[in-house]
Amino acid sequence: MHHDDLADTVPPPAPPRLALGPLLYHWPRQQVRRFYAAMEVLPLDVVYLGETVCSRRQELRLNDWLAIAQRLKGAGKQVVLSTQVLIASTDEATALHRIVENGEFLVEAGDMGAVHLLAGRMPFVAGMHLNLYNPAALAWMAGLGATRWVMPLELPAAALAALQAARPPGLQTEVFAYGRMPLAYSAQCLTARHRNLSKDDCRFSCLQHPDGMTLRTREREGLLVLNGLQMQSARVFNLVGEIDALRALGVDVLRLSPQAEHMEEIVRLFDAVRRHAMAPAEALRQTLPWMPDLPCNGYWHGQPGRDQRGAAARSS
Amino acid sequence: MPATLSAAMPCAPDAAPAPVPALAAPRCPELVCLAGSLPALRAAVDHGADSVYLGLRHATHARNVAGLHFDDAAIATGIRYAHDRGVHVFVALDTYPQASHPQPWRQAVDQAVGMGADAILLADPGLMQYAARTHPQLRLHLSAQGSGTHADAINLYRQQFGITRAVLPRALSLEQVRQVIERTPVEIEVFGFGSLCVMVEGRCVVPSYATGGSPPMHGVCPPAQALRWQQTPRGWGARLNGVLTDRLAGGGSAGDPALCQGRFAVGDESGCCAIEQPKCLNTLSLLPQLMRAGVRAITIEGLQRSPAYVAEVTRVWREALDHCAAQPQTDVPRAGWMRRLEQAAAGQRHPLGACHRPGT
Repeated sequence: MHHDDLADTVPPPAPPRLALGPLLYHWPRQQVRRFYAAMEVLPLDVVYLGETVCSRRQELRLNDWLAIAQRLKGAGKQVVLSTQVLIASTDEATALHRIVENGEFLVEAGDMGAVHLLAGRMPFVAGMHLNLYNPAALAWMAGLGATRWVMPLELPAAALAALQAARPPGLQTEVFAYGRMPLAYSAQCLTARHRNLSKDDCRFSCLQHPDGMTLRTREREGLLVLNGLQMQSARVFNLVGEIDALRALGVDVLRLSPQAEHMEEIVRLFDAVRRHAMAPAEALRQTLPWMPDLPCNGYWHGQPGRDQRGAAARSS
Repeated sequence: MPATLSAAMPCAPDAAPAPVPALAAPRCPELVCLAGSLPALRAAVDHGADSVYLGLRHATHARNVAGLHFDDAAIATGIRYAHDRGVHVFVALDTYPQASHPQPWRQAVDQAVGMGADAILLADPGLMQYAARTHPQLRLHLSAQGSGTHADAINLYRQQFGITRAVLPRALSLEQVRQVIERTPVEIEVFGFGSLCVMVEGRCVVPSYATGGSPPMHGVCPPAQALRWQQTPRGWGARLNGVLTDRLAGGGSAGDPALCQGRFAVGDESGCCAIEQPKCLNTLSLLPQLMRAGVRAITIEGLQRSPAYVAEVTRVWREALDHCAAQPQTDVPRAGWMRRLEQAAAGQRHPLGACHRPGT
């Protein structure tokens, strides 16, 4: 598929905006600051900030995140504060209230508790783990005040088409388009458990794994990644080759999930494709060396998530 | 801190939902048993369940396993059998309707109501809205698949749809269960006994990553048809849609085919159960604390178990609940109950789930 195929579409869908998803890993604070300083100059339109995985991770406090948010805002980015996906304790609920009441930045609701606090009070982004799988659920969420929703990972293009056809007016659609996929959340810390440590005495084991710990089958295939309370895919979901289809479906925002190395190259390749400065297939080929594992796009095609359809199955 | 929470987020609904009929107040937590078949339902009813959950035979239930659940005739028979004996029947419809054809889920709601279900268990807010509007007198329960892990989340479903009960995900500790109950008027149900998954319900699509089918969308974990055992020169290998999840070199016992219970390698190690070992949750020893916390119902999960298992586990929990209700200060469970549960569960371990934190 080449961009010329869409040249006679009237009116041409606007190019999707690029968003940097929240940092899912636990990095030392200096690394986090360096990372976001580098992001300021990249062609990103939206940046999601905050700790969404584990409340024990305290390298940055809310005020530190807000300071980064101000810098990014000054650089012209729309900043969104993301809330934790699994909230179980009253301390975590209190932290959630503080984020909701930040008074300045848009909030991405990581769970239905956040939705409750935001509903009817201010516009918000409905996060990807809210399980909005059908038009009725989407309409309900828009009615509560969501101005953007993030599609669940599992949904294929065909389901997105049905949802877009019934999309409430004024609701933007965001799709997770690049990164290791957050597949599950656990009551236990998966990283600490691997060191025979409990969640409450984890010794911040995840700090040592800037892209998570890869779990391999006995045939050495990278299968899953342990990231604190979160389980990720080992393979990297990569829709850079599908940007034309995403645009044709009226997707407003593409989410790129941070990785420890070469994020800049990834952002620039997505940007080149959305500006029609590079063919999608070529961009896919060029992303491969910058990825921590093999690509996959199965969910988008209604197949098992780890599958890769089309070109670019890299030999490892 | 609690004052801040309650001030910011009143529990009372903004728009009062239609009143729904209350079930008879239990003298102690309601004993709720999941029944995967008509014989299992009868076993639960006969041995002391206050309520039973059943699922329809299709993808509307989060555990859509071949050979399980109820066709129309069995539902009618099961509901009549339970109601004749004063036992409530809840119908579980806790998968997420598909984007392009949600109709089967709505029909299932209507069908459950038409057949006399006392409540339905849902996770999808769109379906909940449909049920609340179409059947305003129907009791709605929030499934654990809805991931209501704290009061703010549960109170949203109450405010919006008038739910009367929430089943808490197994991720919560006893203290966290207490905190939820203090902050919501919604009845709280917790899992008491049965298979334990380390992943939070409604937050896991690991099965579909490997196989294409998942609990939220298809009611499967994992889809049975995706599993193949193959003999290889290095022993029997279990493959889930081609992914090697386990290998038995000698006479070792196989893990569950679920991906999370496979054996994988992390770093330099190999062959460890890196995520979770097959386990059976058992909170019997916490029963007095759960009762003092105000838990309204306790679920026994034996969906893929025999009627004999359901009968024995139900009987033990009935005795234990009656005992604790009569003697609320008794903290130590009878050793005999634990032994019988262990025998019923065929030697699987009985951790306390997240109610117990390792090292604490």
